[in-house]
Order: sequence, then C-alpha cells, then structure tokens
Amino acid sequence: MTYIPHTDADREAMLAKIGVDSLDRLFDTIPAEHRFPVLDVPRPMSEMEVRWELEALANANAAAHEFPMFLGAGAYNHYIPSIVNHILLRSEFYTAYTPYQPEMSQGTLQAIFEWQSMLSVLTGMDAANASHYDGATSLAEAVTMAIAQGRGKRHKVIVSPNVHPQYRAVARTYHQGTGTKFVGDKSGQATLEDLTDMLDEGTALFVVQYPNFFGQIEDFNGLARKVHDAGALLCIVVDPIALGLLKSPGELGADIVVGEGQSLGIPLSFGGPYLGFFATKNEFVRKIAGRIVGETVDARGCKAYVMTLRPREQDIRREKASSNICTNQGLMALAASIYLAVMGKHGLRRVAELCYHKAHYAAQRIADLPGYGVQMKLPFFKEFIVTCSRPVSEINAMLFEDHHIIGGYDLSKDYPDRAGQMLVAVTETNPRAEIDDFVRALSLVAM
Amino acid sequence: MEARIETKTQPTVIEPLIYDLGAPGRRVSTLLTACDVPESSLPTELMRDDLDLPEVSEMDVMRHYVRLSSMNHAIDKGFYPLGSCTMKYNPKIDEDTARIPGFAMLHPLQDPYTTQGALGLMHQLQTWLAEIAGFEVCSLQPAAGAQGEFAGVLIMRAYHLDRGDTKRTRILIPNSAHGTNPATSSMAGLKVVEIPSNADGDVDLDALRQEVDDTVVGMMITVPSTLGVFDEHIEDIIQIVHDAGGLMYMDGANMNAMLGVAKPGELGFDVMHYNLHKTFSTPHGGGGPGSGPCAVNEKLVGFLPGPIVGIIEPAKGENDAPLYGWVMPPRSIGRLKAFHGNFGMHVRAYTYICLHGAEGLNAISRHAVLNANYLRVELADTYRVPYNRICGHEVVLEGHFPDAPGIHALDISKRLMDFGIHPPTNYFPLIVPEALLIEPTESESKETLDHFIAVMKTIAAEARANPDLLHSAPHVTPVGRVDEVLAAKQLVLCCRPLREWSATP
Repeated sequence: MTYIPHTDADREAMLAKIGVDSLDRLFDTIPAEHRFPVLDVPRPMSEMEVRWELEALANANAAAHEFPMFLGAGAYNHYIPSIVNHILLRSEFYTAYTPYQPEMSQGTLQAIFEWQSMLSVLTGMDAANASHYDGATSLAEAVTMAIAQGRGKRHKVIVSPNVHPQYRAVARTYHQGTGTKFVGDKSGQATLEDLTDMLDEGTALFVVQYPNFFGQIEDFNGLARKVHDAGALLCIVVDPIALGLLKSPGELGADIVVGEGQSLGIPLSFGGPYLGFFATKNEFVRKIAGRIVGETVDARGCKAYVMTLRPREQDIRREKASSNICTNQGLMALAASIYLAVMGKHGLRRVAELCYHKAHYAAQRIADLPGYGVQMKLPFFKEFIVTCSRPVSEINAMLFEDHHIIGGYDLSKDYPDRAGQMLVAVTETNPRAEIDDFVRALSLVAM
Repeated sequence: MEARIETKTQPTVIEPLIYDLGAPGRRVSTLLTACDVPESSLPTELMRDDLDLPEVSEMDVMRHYVRLSSMNHAIDKGFYPLGSCTMKYNPKIDEDTARIPGFAMLHPLQDPYTTQGALGLMHQLQTWLAEIAGFEVCSLQPAAGAQGEFAGVLIMRAYHLDRGDTKRTRILIPNSAHGTNPATSSMAGLKVVEIPSNADGDVDLDALRQEVDDTVVGMMITVPSTLGVFDEHIEDIIQIVHDAGGLMYMDGANMNAMLGVAKPGELGFDVMHYNLHKTFSTPHGGGGPGSGPCAVNEKLVGFLPGPIVGIIEPAKGENDAPLYGWVMPPRSIGRLKAFHGNFGMHVRAYTYICLHGAEGLNAISRHAVLNANYLRVELADTYRVPYNRICGHEVVLEGHFPDAPGIHALDISKRLMDFGIHPPTNYFPLIVPEALLIEPTESESKETLDHFIAVMKTIAAEARANPDLLHSAPHVTPVGRVDEVLAAKQLVLCCRPLREWSATP
C-alpha cells in the first residue's frame, strides 16, 4: 500500500513474534469508543492522477513565469541559477535531518558553516546562526536577545514604522506574554529623530530597516552612537541583495543584523519556505537562538564541523533555553549558500547593480507620466513608491485584467494614510520591454 | 584577524571550504543578462568597498557540494531510526509538485483572485488536517513544530485571558516531554510545572491531581508519549485537567502512530500541532524547513494565528468553485510569521494525502507500530527495555550493560555508524538512563529491521568482548569522533577575516 513494503508473509511473521494475532490488537490501549475512527479524506490516487490534480491547481494561479511581476514588499522575483536546484535535489542533503551525529553529517555541517561565514561577511558581523523561519521571526528573536542582554531592566523596543509591517506584527505576537513594549510605529509618521528622542534607560533595542520597507536608503549616520549612548542595542533589518552594493550594517554600527534570505536562490513559493538570517557580534554569541555550527577536529586529526554552544538550545536548557526553535530552515540556508557561491563576489554585485539601474529607469519613466508621482529625493534600491491618482486596488485590477501584469503592493493595506500609493519592485528579471509595457499600461489605466 | 581552530598539528582537510576553492578573478559569467536600460549613477558614498564572497567556477561549486553530499547519511542512503523524528521515505512526486511553476513562482501578496489554486489547496489541507485529528479548524501558518506549539500555548493563554481569568499562569508538562514544550511555555510567559511519570512510563495521576488547580492554563502532552507508549489513563488525565478548568494540548510529533487509530479531538484534546515533516513526509532538509499546523476545537477557533484561508463566496453551483481568500480569526493571537506559512511543504503534504487516501493513512500507523513492536520484542533479551509492553511507533531501550561498565549509549550509537545505520535518538527522553529512542517508521522492510536487530546484537557482544572498538568508533565514516569540547572552547564560527569597524559611526 503506497510506500509500505510489507507483504502478507512479513506481517504474519512479525505479528507472530510480537504475540498478537492482528495489527488491530496493537492498539488495545486506545479507549474502545474512540478506536479506529473513519477518516473523511478521498480515496487514494495514483501518482499519475496526483500529478494531474496538482497541475490543475497550479494552473488556477497567475504566477511570475507567465505574468510580468512588479510586486515585492518582502518577497522578490530574483533569478535562481539552475545549479541551485540540482544540488538541493540531491537527496543526501534533503533526506538528512538535524546533524545530531556529526560523523554522519559533515555535508550538512560544513555547508551551514560556510553559510554562517558568508552571511557574517555580507552583514559585517562576527557570527551568524544556521537560520530562523524567516525575516520576521529573526526580528522577534533579536528582540528576545536584546531583552536578555538588558538583564530584566529594559522592556522597551523602539521600532521604525518603515520596518516591514508583518515583521512588526510578528515581533509583537512573539512577545505578547513577555511584557515587552513596542513603540514608535503606531502612527506611521515618526521620523528617525522622533524615534531617537524616545531612547531612554528602559530601551533594550532600536530597530530600523535598510533599505526600508519602501526601498528607501535612510541616513543612519550617528544613529548607532545615539542608541549605544542610551545603553540599547541596534538591530538593522536588511535585504541581502542590497548588500551586494551597499555598506554592511556592521559598518553602520549594528549589533544585530536580521532579514529575509528568500532573495538568495529561493523561489517565491507563495510565501514559504523562506530563510530568516541572524548575525551578531562576538560579545552576544552566547545569547544567539537556534543552531550554530563551529569548527573543530576529530579523533584522526581531521578538520570537522559540529553543532556547538548546545546548552543554549531547547533540548538541553528546556525552559531556560534562549528560544524553542528546533527545526529551522536548513535546506534554504543551503540554497542561499549555493547562490552566494555561484554568484560570488562579482555576481552578487552585478545583480544589485541591475536591480538598481532597472528600478531607477522604471521610477524615472513613471515619474514622467501624468497622473503619477515618484519621490526620488531619498536614495532607493530595488523598490520605490508610486503615488497614483486612483486607488491602487483599481489600478492593479486593470493591470491584471487588461494587460496581464502583476502590479505593485497597495500600501494603504498597512498604512492608512498612504492611500493611492503603490510600492513597485523591479529586479534583474524584468527586461526593459516588460518595464516599458508596465509604464505604458499605467498610462492607460490612469485615465 | 582570521579565526582558525588551533591544534598541535595542522588538521587534515577532507573537503576544502568553498572559499579555499577557486582563484582571484574567477567567476561564473553565464548567469545574468547585460543591463538593457540606461545606467543611473551609483550612490558611491553609500557603497561598500569590499565583498568577500567566493571566486569560483560553476564546476568548482558543483564538485564541492557533490563531495559534501557524499559525507552525509540520509534516508535515501540507509536506515535512519531517529526516534521522535519520523524519518520515513520522502516520495519523489512531492518534490515535483512543489516545484510546479504555478506554485513556485507565485507571490504571497498577490490579489487572491490570481491565486485561487494555491488558496484552494491550502483550504483543503486545513480541512483534511482538522478532520484527521478530529478538530474544527486548522491554521497552516506555523513554520515548524515548535512554532505550532507556540501557537497552541498562546491560544490557551489567550482563551483564559479572554474569559477574564488572569490567575492561570502555570502549565503542566510531563517530565518525559520534548525540550521544545517547556521552552515554548517560557516564551509565552508561563511557569512550567513538571509532572513525574510512574514506573509504567505513564503520567503519575496522583502527582497530576496535586498540581492541578485554577492557576493552571492547561497541560501539554504527547500521544503516544515520548517513551513510545500509549498512556493507559489518557482519558483520566484529560478529565482531571478539564475539571479544573484547564485546556489540553497535544504535541502531535508522534501522530505517525495515530492516523486512523484515534482522533485527539475525540479523545478530548482542545488543541494540537502537527509536524508535516514527520507524519506527512515533507523532507527534513538537514534541519528544515518543516511545517507545524495548529488545529483547534470549536471554542478555540477564534484565537488561531492568522490569516488563514476561508471561503469568501460560496460556490454558485455544483461545477463551480468557491472564492477563497484570507480571513483573520476574530480574537487571533496574531501573526506568527510573515506571509502564510511554508507553502512549499503544504503542497508536499497535500500531495502525500492524495496519494494515500484514507486507506493509505490507516496503513501508515498500523505498520509503523508493527515495526516498532517487532524491534522491541526482538531486542528485549539483548537490551533493557524499560517499558516492555505494546508500544506505539517508537521504542526506547537503555544503551548500557551491567557487565560492560564504561559502555554508554553514545558508544553504541557511534558503532552503529560503522554498519551504515544512523543512530537512534540519544539521551532522550531524559527520564530513561542511556536512552536510545528507536523509530523505524512504516517505510522499512522486515529485511532492514532484521539487519538492524543483528547489528544491535553484534554491538552488544562487542561491548563485552571488545569495548575499545565501541569507544573508538566510528571508524568508517568520513570523520572520526569529533571533539565537541574543543569546538565550544575555541568557538570558530566563521572562516573569513573579520573587519573590525572603527569607533561607532
């Protein structure tokens, strides 16, 4: 039956050894009135039928392989080199599990160590962990770390309204039982100066995003000094593709760097699985949540890799663990490592430049359209806000129905006073012709 | 300053780090198009002056990862009886369906009109998972079992606060529980109260009655227990906690013993989580991604993490489909992660359920439990089986022998590797000394099990006749026993020279 190899003879022999006369007798401990319920799920399908079924469901979606896409807002259509999938499909990687037994898991362990190293370099930090579920939960864990660092005396987190709305929501969900106060993002209007004015001796963490949710590169000069003078930590949420071009958050004075690694060789996949990354400075390493891999040697004098600082983790510290995280996003960290390896020093820079040039080209062309505005005073990367003269939902409906284009994000969904503002993303996967079509379509729907 | 492990002699390198392959200036030049738009001037004052990433060719990369992969054990290579992890066969069709471009290239924030196939799939999976465990509604948002637990505990807490009951700040957890249970409870701000197990491995009912009162949020328990046995008194436990006004949470890590056997919702549980990467065979990935859907009964539906998929407009006729969309439960504990959960794993679990149907799901648990009991009876005269009665899908042994002092579960585990078998879970549950928790799963044939039994008996004999063979194991793996103490002492977590930034900008 499906993937079960047992024959009738096997079952008979095994039941005889066990000393029961049927499979059903193995469940006598289950209360009789609840034993062997009917499962109301369909009859089994063959692999052929399953394929047709899933393909029909997939066909009922309009996805980026068939429709030009200008939607970002935390998940991006970047080019995934073919090699990534070929390596991910090696079942020595994907049918292995947590490397509890390092001698049989050096492939997984060394790959994670390389990921940690590449991420440290990219972010300008000293150390990184194996992964979190996504950028949002990485931020939630950064809050936990900062609260722990504050030794119970600091319960306030100042968070910029320009940080991804879903990340701010997740951080709050995670801390609903801890008494942590989140301030700074209620009105959506606070400037960096407003936020730094809120710093006091009760502040554990100050959070900004770089580039911010709107694609803008804010001026963080002097920010780290102000945050550190108040005794708080600085957490910068970052887009990893931007780091192919821009100064690292380490250079800007960050203590913790988190973000979403989906842009690094991981498909959009309707929101998951993605890759939360977390990097920090040496002084905070013992407070990192989740798995970390370290270098060591084995009994034969060979270099080897092993999960380390294990007493932080749930299976050892239990209720005193820094986090409950167990299974993380291991295979996605592998995907990101492969991406960074094959793109390399030159390729990642090139991807970032292409995104930069194409987004700027699109922004300029749209700014020149009557009925649309693009504020280009602040430097921006990969995304920009377009002010429209009609609701974004209407524009997107017409873009899709009449022009088969997936438009940008409707900012009014998260920022009530940004009605009519669309967040447009342009990456290396948007050829010029597509961008020109998008501009033409916008001009037609503006009427 | 480059961080490097320090040892008396230069360690041999089996596979160089990716950074140590390649050469300055080497690159993969074939991947990206040229820039087809006019170039804007780059913001040089904002740009970094270095980017220390590898400089390798595509073949360098391919060979590196192929060689790394060969150093792993995996389900597709051999037996992997890691207790509590359910290392069953991962159907290859699942990898294909998750990669269909209509799923893989779909953006989570697209207008629901353009994603009805994905929403329909998620809605159906929500329904099936609720049905299989006897609950009302399921949220697919949690990204792993631990996150599913976190959702469940937050839901229980929120339920009581919503009733105006602020006294309940304690949660009861058996001392055999997986570490995520107490860790999760602490994250939710609850005080963990450990309930001891009795000599049969069941929850000690007297101890439970002592601790239960109106300050208890509820109890978290795994069924079958982490010791691999079905608690004789599960209904009594549920009754005791419910009578005190508490809620019952089931850790669904062991659902592989429960499919078509019993529905936790019918037993009386209020909330549970699934591990799709265990029971529904979404692949383990070397440490994830997983998926931990959370299912609840009627009174807790409003508190689920969201958004979840709901029906916005019912189907107009028989041949029509409903309109699906996002719904935020009215008293939701909130959003647990960005977007909607690990959709790629939802597709795989959906595929798995389609392949199996009800009869296939029923067969899974029956054969998982058959296999575990077969191992139990065949090994019981060689190893101490602390709870030697009919077990669930896993069995715990003690990895030590009175007449082989100095041999520990660890040594037996390392020696197993020399036979191409991944060790069972070591030292868990904590209440069993030298625990070896063995979960064969339903995927394994009698031949594989017989081979494992023979190997375990061989090792037991070696423990007496030649203990050094175990102490120095493993011998045939790519690396020998690793020095974990040195790793923690020297703490080398990065292989690159790290920049030391000047005084705070």
